[in-house]
Amino acid sequence: MSAPYEQHPGSPLPFLEGHSSTGRLERVLRAGHFVVTAELAPPDSALAEDVYERARLFDGYVDGMNATDGSGAHCHMSSVAMCALLTNVGYSPVLQISCRDKNRIAIQGDVLGAAAMGVSNVLCLSGDGVQVGDHPEAKPVFDLDSMSLLETIRIMRDESRFLSGRPITSPPHVFLGAAENPSAPPIDFRPYRLAKKIAAGAQFIQTQYIYDVEQFRVFMAKARDLGLLEQCFILPGVGPLASARTALWIRSNVPGIHIPDAIIERLEGAAEPKLEGRKICVELIQQIREIEGVSGVHIMAYRQEAAVGEIVQQSGVLEGRVPWYPGCDAHSSIA
Amino acid sequence: MYKIRQWSVTNSRKLEAFYRNFEPVLVKLHPLFKALGYGRMEKPVRVIEKAVKSLMFDCQMCGKCALSSTGMSCPMNCPKSIRNGPCGGVRLDGHCEVKPEMRCVWVEAWRGSQQMRDSEAIRQVQLPVDNLLKGSSSWLRVVREQYSAADSEAVK
Repeated sequence: MSAPYEQHPGSPLPFLEGHSSTGRLERVLRAGHFVVTAELAPPDSALAEDVYERARLFDGYVDGMNATDGSGAHCHMSSVAMCALLTNVGYSPVLQISCRDKNRIAIQGDVLGAAAMGVSNVLCLSGDGVQVGDHPEAKPVFDLDSMSLLETIRIMRDESRFLSGRPITSPPHVFLGAAENPSAPPIDFRPYRLAKKIAAGAQFIQTQYIYDVEQFRVFMAKARDLGLLEQCFILPGVGPLASARTALWIRSNVPGIHIPDAIIERLEGAAEPKLEGRKICVELIQQIREIEGVSGVHIMAYRQEAAVGEIVQQSGVLEGRVPWYPGCDAHSSIA
Repeated sequence: MYKIRQWSVTNSRKLEAFYRNFEPVLVKLHPLFKALGYGRMEKPVRVIEKAVKSLMFDCQMCGKCALSSTGMSCPMNCPKSIRNGPCGGVRLDGHCEVKPEMRCVWVEAWRGSQQMRDSEAIRQVQLPVDNLLKGSSSWLRVVREQYSAADSEAVK
């Protein structure tokens, strides 16, 4: 018999004690496995197959994939729609919700709708400012922030009511996540902010790219001292850099990503920078994995999605485990 | 005034001490406010509050003042109006990702808060802002809330 998280989610999974959702991501984490999640780039099209094509790249390598919500303030297919397509065939997506484009009325409606379509995981984000995107003239909403968004969904789930107090007849059983950036100022405040997010309802954390392992180690040690590691699962963000030029561009143009000189020098000196970038990513995963309190990794391989499988495989973190994917076993109801 | 706003954060401890004395004075004025009517008092108090706090903090009159738990740095000046910041996009030099010429209001909040007597107030989760309160006096609200709390204590 296969483990409960390996079953096809299309057939409703039974609730397990101490779980908030019936999703695979929460089950694999609570079962104590090292988890891999990946960021799924949304298409600029109205074609469902474009979503499936991108998702299939991760088959057998990830326990969950994040459907981004207008990341970088650029317009793409909506995260709710991508999640609906993905759950339809059995994938276990993480619905990202940004506070930039929707107010509390729209967001709460989306959460109910997403849960009705089988979404079990939600990542609560403030979102990038409209200025960095392709519609800088758009009106930024920011009715909630990431923290009050967490609290709002926790209230919906645990108290079966909207923020207004009106009752919800069947609450959304979702596993709640949030982001954190251990590399952005004020560095000393970041562990306390993590504590705030946990207090507001965060059960798992996916971080911004970690390239400075030592800095991350300090953050995790402080989180441990604050007693936070037992209260949530932490998945540090990693990703391959394509070249030294890309790395330098990111360093000066994407706020909040800290890339140490040593990594840029390695890319500069490499005969094949792209391969070196992937090698660095594998090494980062292996180093980060050894840090106390790390439950998995979140891979954001922007424009290198096809390399995710190889990176996961080379890192060895799955230890032979093959995460479920549509069509992977004979019991699957997918034709 | 950006310069004055920064001065206020630098002097957060003094301003905290000032407010600790100022709030009881406001509360003592409750009989007066009540006699004249809170509705009628709203406008003059709001005008004074706005003048003072706009000058010192670039206050946006959200109606639910959080300065005591944000190191005297007004969170409504964050371009994402984040009440529980800072976001992940803060630049390495501590400036805002949206407005690079401005220091992140939450980097400032952390600086201010760590000088204050109640340096842990910044760790509290702030609820979403109530947009119905926008433009109203936070001072009068504090007095009313204290009195309604005192009244319900008295009833018990």
